[in-house]
Amino acid sequence: MSPPVRTKAPAWAIWLPLGLFLAFAALVTIGLFRPADRTVASTLIGKPMPAFALPPALPDRPGLGSADIASGKPHLVNIFASWCIPCRVEAPQLRALAGAGVPIVGISVRDSTEALTGFLKENGDPYQRIGADDDGKVQLALGSSGVPETYVIDGRGVIRYQHIGEIRPEHVAMILAKLQEASQ
Amino acid sequence: MRRPASLSLATLSLAMALWLTVPAAAQEEQSTAPFAYRQLDDPAKEQQAQALMETLRCLQCQGQSIADSDAPIAGSMRSLVRERIAAGEQPEAIRGWLIERYGDYVSYAPQLTSLTWPLFALPVVLIGLAALLLRKRFRRGEVR
Repeated sequence: MSPPVRTKAPAWAIWLPLGLFLAFAALVTIGLFRPADRTVASTLIGKPMPAFALPPALPDRPGLGSADIASGKPHLVNIFASWCIPCRVEAPQLRALAGAGVPIVGISVRDSTEALTGFLKENGDPYQRIGADDDGKVQLALGSSGVPETYVIDGRGVIRYQHIGEIRPEHVAMILAKLQEASQ
Repeated sequence: MRRPASLSLATLSLAMALWLTVPAAAQEEQSTAPFAYRQLDDPAKEQQAQALMETLRCLQCQGQSIADSDAPIAGSMRSLVRERIAAGEQPEAIRGWLIERYGDYVSYAPQLTSLTWPLFALPVVLIGLAALLLRKRFRRGEVR
């Protein structure tokens, strides 16, 4: 009975577990200090806007339908709400964009007429039309995961860009460039 | 002697109870969608909807399913799922509709795509490898 033949492992093999452990620790550290971006972006960019028709959110202003947006000129579609704090932050930038001649239409999500009226009085009113998305269904149809979000729609009604979160002063030039791009 | 202590305890607990109820000062309006907080009348369809809702991610509170979450957008998504199930749509078609808008991330049920196939292939590869190693071992035993 001969002893079983044992192949000798190479010398470096003893460092293998330590190496694997260090690699794993490095992976965890990277994940801790640079967490992955968990923003859920719409996957409808480059696709036509889904068809919808929303009733007016205010008595003195028309509601919003997808046909109103595909009218030959690029539009900004701003998804907002009176209860949303970052929407107050972006209000001056929207006013500036409206002042520059950009057609802005709004979709107010889960809002009420009184709250909305107060919000617009307080923060200015850049909207040509405001549709009331009371059950949030159009927000879901557009692939929007929160408020505020702003879509750049070209003249044919194709979604060209989605801005997630508030438009800060440093974003205005970029939004204007996107609109310029959409008009070509 | 004891009375003031118990009185202050009562005041404290009252203050705490009040404090606990106050922060509900709606930072966000609740979902008013018809089926956000209402089940479908048909139990079979409600069960179908429930099973689907448990495998869809809430977009706002991302660790939770829309069945578990009380975020307003989760309410809207629940209503959307229930209304479509009630209208006779297949659960997987509704999942597909949401994935079309939000990407795979919205679904907790893993889909087989060009990106995820290694996850499904790896167990097969490992079992194959194990079989190979074991076969060598058994063969050596036979020779001896």
